[in-house]
Formats: sequence, C-alpha cells, structure tokens
Amino acid sequence: MEELKTPLYERHVELDGKMVPFAGYILPVQYKTGLIAEHMAVRTACGLFDVSHMGEATICGKDALYNTNNLVTVDVEAMTDGQVKYTPMCNDEGGVVDDILVYRIDAEHFYLVINAANRHKDVAWMRSKMTGEVEFNDISDSVGQLALQGPNSIALMKKIIDDDNTRPKKYYTFIKEASIHGKRCLISRTGYTGELGYEIYASPEDIVDIFDVILSEGKEQGVIPCGLGARDTLRLEAAMPLYGHELADDISPLEASLDFFVKLDKPYFIGRDALIAKGEPTRKRTGLSVTGRGIIREHCDVYDGDKLIGVVSSGTMCPFVNHAVGMAMLPTAYLEPGTKVEVDVRGRRIPCEVVALPFYKKETKAK
Amino acid sequence: MLKIAKSHEWVKINDDGTAAIGISDYAQNELGDLVFVNLPQVGDELTAGEVFGDVESVKAVSDVYAPAGGTVIEINEELLDNPALINESAFDAWFVRLENVTEGDGLMTEEEYDAYVATL
Repeated sequence: MEELKTPLYERHVELDGKMVPFAGYILPVQYKTGLIAEHMAVRTACGLFDVSHMGEATICGKDALYNTNNLVTVDVEAMTDGQVKYTPMCNDEGGVVDDILVYRIDAEHFYLVINAANRHKDVAWMRSKMTGEVEFNDISDSVGQLALQGPNSIALMKKIIDDDNTRPKKYYTFIKEASIHGKRCLISRTGYTGELGYEIYASPEDIVDIFDVILSEGKEQGVIPCGLGARDTLRLEAAMPLYGHELADDISPLEASLDFFVKLDKPYFIGRDALIAKGEPTRKRTGLSVTGRGIIREHCDVYDGDKLIGVVSSGTMCPFVNHAVGMAMLPTAYLEPGTKVEVDVRGRRIPCEVVALPFYKKETKAK
Repeated sequence: MLKIAKSHEWVKINDDGTAAIGISDYAQNELGDLVFVNLPQVGDELTAGEVFGDVESVKAVSDVYAPAGGTVIEINEELLDNPALINESAFDAWFVRLENVTEGDGLMTEEEYDAYVATL
C-alpha cells in the first residue's frame, strides 16, 4: 500500500525528518536533533508535532447529543459548550473500539478526533450506530492538525494568536473560531504528552503556514519539530494508553485502568450492560519499573517465578525520568506498588517492580 | 589499522596484536540516541561474525556482531554508564579490547566502507 502524505510532508523532508510508514501515512519518527532532544524539549521548553494523520468526524443535528453520548463512556450531557473530553468508545461486548476526543461545540454539534490507525473502523462503527435526526461526517481529509506541547507553548501561542481572547485558557477546553496570522483554526488545550499545550486544527493549506509561523516565531521559546518517536516516549512517560498496545477490541476500559472515564451510572451507552455484567476486572493495566539492568519492551513476557502473569504492552527507556519503564496488564493480585516481578527480555530475566501510574506528572501551574 | 564489517562494526588492530572493536558512525546514526549497551565479560571468547552484545536506542534493540574473534581482556565500563558516547564519537567509543585476535572475513578499509554505505 502506498502511504499517504500529510500536508506537511515537504516540510518534514526539508527538516531532515527520518520518514517512516505509520498508520497508512509517511511521517517523521524523528528529526536531526534526535528523539531524546525532542522529548526533553517538550518537557522543558516546547515541541511541535504534525499529527495530521489523526482522523476527525462530526456529529450534527437535533439528536447529536443522544448519539454522541451513546457512543462513548463519559457523560456528554454533563459537558459544557467549548469543552473537550477524552473517552473510550466501547463495542457491545465492552471492549474498546477506540479512544477518542469529544469536542462539544453545542448540543447539536460535536467534533470527534480518532486514531489514524482506526479511522475506517471507527467511521463504519459510528455510522452504523447513528439513529434519529443526525448527520455523521468523516472530515479527516479536509483537516490538518498540529500539537504544540510543552511549558513554553503558552508564551508562544500568546505571541502568534491574532486575538488572545480566542486562546483557550483552561485545560480541555477549545475555541472554534481562532486564527493565527490570519489563518482560521480551532485551538484546544489538549495533548498526548502529559505536558500543557495546544492542538490546532486547520485546513490542509493553512496548517502548513501555521507550522511555519510556530517554528519561525518560536525560537525564543525553544520550539523544535518533534517526531513520532518522542510522541510515543512522552505518552508512555505520562502513562497514556495507546490503541493496539494498552487498548484493543477485547480489552475493557476498566481493565485498561480508565475507570475515571467510564460512567457506569450513565443510563445508556454502548457496552455499558456488558461492562456491568462482567463486574470487577480480574486484570488491570499497571506500571513496571526496571530495577535490574536493561530495557523492557512491547511483547516481553512478565513472570512471577515460573508463572507467566502478563505481557508488556509498551516499554522503553523514558528520557525525562531517565529510567526504563513499561506498562502491562497484570492480575489484580500483583497491582500493589512494590510487588516484584521479572520480565523476559530476549531470554534474560530482568527484575522489575510494580509502580503506580503515571511515571511522570507535570507540576500544575498554568494560566 | 581500522577495518569495518558489512554489518557496521569496526576493529582496530594494534601493533602489539591486541584489538579494540566498536560500531561505525553510520550505524550509530541509523540507530539514533543509544540508551543501553550490553557487553560480554572479561575472559569471554568472541567468534568473528557472531553476536557478542547489543545496543539499544529508545526505539529498538540491535545485535552487535564481532568483526574479529579473540579473548576479551577489557570492557569499556564508561559505555555502560553513558551509551551516548557512541553517538558522540563512534570510532572512539570502543566496546571491548581483545587478544589472540582473528579477523573476520570480508572486512573493508575505511574507503571501501564509505563507498559501501553510500550505496545503502
């Protein structure tokens, strides 16, 4: 299959991005500064990611609220206009179809952001569940997306936004009609790095101009372009799940330790009955910290003595915490922090201990 | 005299017959930021062409093949603490020193190697 190019493909090549196929797109895994420098820039200054591969869909109409609420596990009725929520979207068996962002424009207009790798599956699923007076549209191909992440992203955004009143000030809120150097965009205070920052949505043409403005105006704030590699290590350090690793069609959001985002007291949503019927999960996603020497990675088996108790779903050396960590779904008997386990890495047993998630949490101070 | 294997490891053979081995600049650049190195122990016997250790970047682990055989007389402890030294200066960042050295097959001179990587 020929990979698709995002609107920023030429920019990535000019910036010496190491281009790799990902979720049907060709994207930079890192630029010439390297993954660690990119990761550290996001934790200490700011970094800019092309995330135009992400999918977007809209649900509009009189019954948009009911339909959106039915698709996801969070309470969409409780959302205010201009608010964003992260949420699992379940199948009828209580497994996870995808984890998505829901933007509530108003009760009749919702904007959804979905994983690139799941786009066609999600769109077919959501379309099949629409009922009543509602219009569903996959608008992925007409939207480019950037993520500007890191403590300096606020100062940088203040500098480039045309009207500071259209800059979202609160975590998980958005402004639909913003503009940067005359280019219209939707801006949200969201991200996938565990750091404060923004995500910016614009037309494929305008997103290129906005990308250029951020890099040229952001020198003082230390902005550098960042690739998929840093995106993955940042989300792992912040213990955010990644579909296909910590989430899947046969993993429930409760097993994935996303209890906070599952409102079982909501009167209806797809998968609710199955989740209630299954009761308390017997396994849950938890953190592993390497206490020996080495790095644990995806697919490595986790042992208690001779007993296989789970598999590492994501693992690496996390640059900011400067430690080898991973996540795994383990039986509930092993969830107590400090519990000793071993991980088989290429035939070598590496001692690890169970730790609470996340591995990194930003200091909370933002305006 | 510096010689380099097709699998991107170098060997420098000294006048006293001992040798040092490491990985090439091209290899470190392809691997990206290195964060972990696994080395053999002093006294281990290496066989030319066989795996003797591994290096790990944030993204992946890669085997390292011995460009020459011999007995390990010293390992570079500094690399264990600071694998980034390989990224900084690959041809100075030796992994192990060997005695009783036997060169592997098909080693290239620096010029030959540079011409080879230009085709990759």
